[in-house]
Amino acid sequence: MNVTLKIWRQKNATDKGRFETYEMKDINTHMSFLELIDVLNEKLEMEGKEPIHFDHDCREGICGSCAMYINGRPHGPMKGTTACQLHMRHFKDGELITVEPWRARAFPVIKDLMVDRSAFDRIIQAGGYISVNTGGVPDANEIPVSKEVADEAFNAATCIGCGACVAACKNASAMLFVSAKISQLALLPQGQVERQRRADKMIAQMDAEGFGACTNTQACSAECPKEIDMVNIARLNWEFVKAKMHSKAIEVDE
Amino acid sequence: MSWFKQVLSSTIGKKIIMSLTGLFLISFLIVHLSGNMLLFKDDEGEAFNLYAEFMTTNPLIRIISIVLYAGIIIHVIYSLILSLHNKKARPVGYAEARPQQNSSWKSRNMGILGLIILIFLLIHMRSFWYEMHFGSVPTKSYAGVEVDDLYTVVVAAFSQWWYAGFYVLAMIGLAFHLSHGFWSAFQTLGLNHRKFMPMIKKISLLFAIVVPLLFASMPVYFFIKSLA
Repeated sequence: MNVTLKIWRQKNATDKGRFETYEMKDINTHMSFLELIDVLNEKLEMEGKEPIHFDHDCREGICGSCAMYINGRPHGPMKGTTACQLHMRHFKDGELITVEPWRARAFPVIKDLMVDRSAFDRIIQAGGYISVNTGGVPDANEIPVSKEVADEAFNAATCIGCGACVAACKNASAMLFVSAKISQLALLPQGQVERQRRADKMIAQMDAEGFGACTNTQACSAECPKEIDMVNIARLNWEFVKAKMHSKAIEVDE
Repeated sequence: MSWFKQVLSSTIGKKIIMSLTGLFLISFLIVHLSGNMLLFKDDEGEAFNLYAEFMTTNPLIRIISIVLYAGIIIHVIYSLILSLHNKKARPVGYAEARPQQNSSWKSRNMGILGLIILIFLLIHMRSFWYEMHFGSVPTKSYAGVEVDDLYTVVVAAFSQWWYAGFYVLAMIGLAFHLSHGFWSAFQTLGLNHRKFMPMIKKISLLFAIVVPLLFASMPVYFFIKSLA
């Protein structure tokens, strides 16, 4: 099949950037979208041109590295799919495919399709962990957790931090990501000790990074490759209320 | 920063203000609608005029009305603050975006829908509230008590086709605003559970259809009546 790629090219963070068009002839329909760009990059290198920069790592849909806004949607047209798992058979022969980087103030473009997503790392650093002094290995199932709660926590934990939620949201809000990271710990016994502090700090960091606010359009959840549910965002809101109104901390910091 | 200031400076805190004022305004719609249904009573507006007199003179209602105006103003101000914040979060937009494939039009355009409602409110209040408080409204007396004849003002206003038509359009805007805003308020307050959210969404849709429909039926009714 043949497709036309219209790809965002940007030298560096300060470059204005522009679209460039590439004709792709006789491509294999079983190729993934990243492999299509690999093929294009080989060609560009042969011609002595700068290849297209893009993030990728595992190429099996679990690392969250690939981040491309394909044809007006994060990770392209398929539901619950990352760009690396998106195959060319889902496109029409002769289709014009527009590829852009994630667009958000908190995700500045580094080069071409590559954006700086360290804002997510800083949110995790603010409280997305549990602090445990390691000792002997505890017995498995020592702390009882019901199947329902374990499943719900695990569903939240499937978030790969790709940033599609931010890219999809009209407000470039990171609520779905933060809510998944808060939920996975808030639901489990191990997460209880730092629960309020975690919600407080992670939400404050989310705001400090310049992400937008949630308007419940549900675009994030619809575009999430791991199909993280909107219930998590409600849980995040509730964690915020509890952290603020029902805080166990007697002293007010800052 | 005190904890309260922290709440208000947070995007989630601001959203909570939006949801609480929104739910308060929804409760007002129920009161306003049930009172105005008296317009349909076939008594030349006696029940409606007495009700209007009560609503403008009762001291408790006057206090609540100030809270209501505050609720509207806070809802509008926070929507502006949040909208500006959200605009800033994406300084460079997409060349090719297909949001219609992942979200509903109404959920993405709450600001525009809200603006339609705000414009409606200003015109609506100029026509009736202002006339009642600062304008000259004819009076009528019932059992020796002289009250403002708001009914006649309403009938006159709704006999103009463009005025009645504007009301119907504004109510369509309200319907879309409510159908997203009602359940969204619960979500923002953290009240989303797979058990009861489907019910809230159904009530939300029902409310968003029935309430604006009944409101819109008033100008339509009086316009048709004026033709006869």
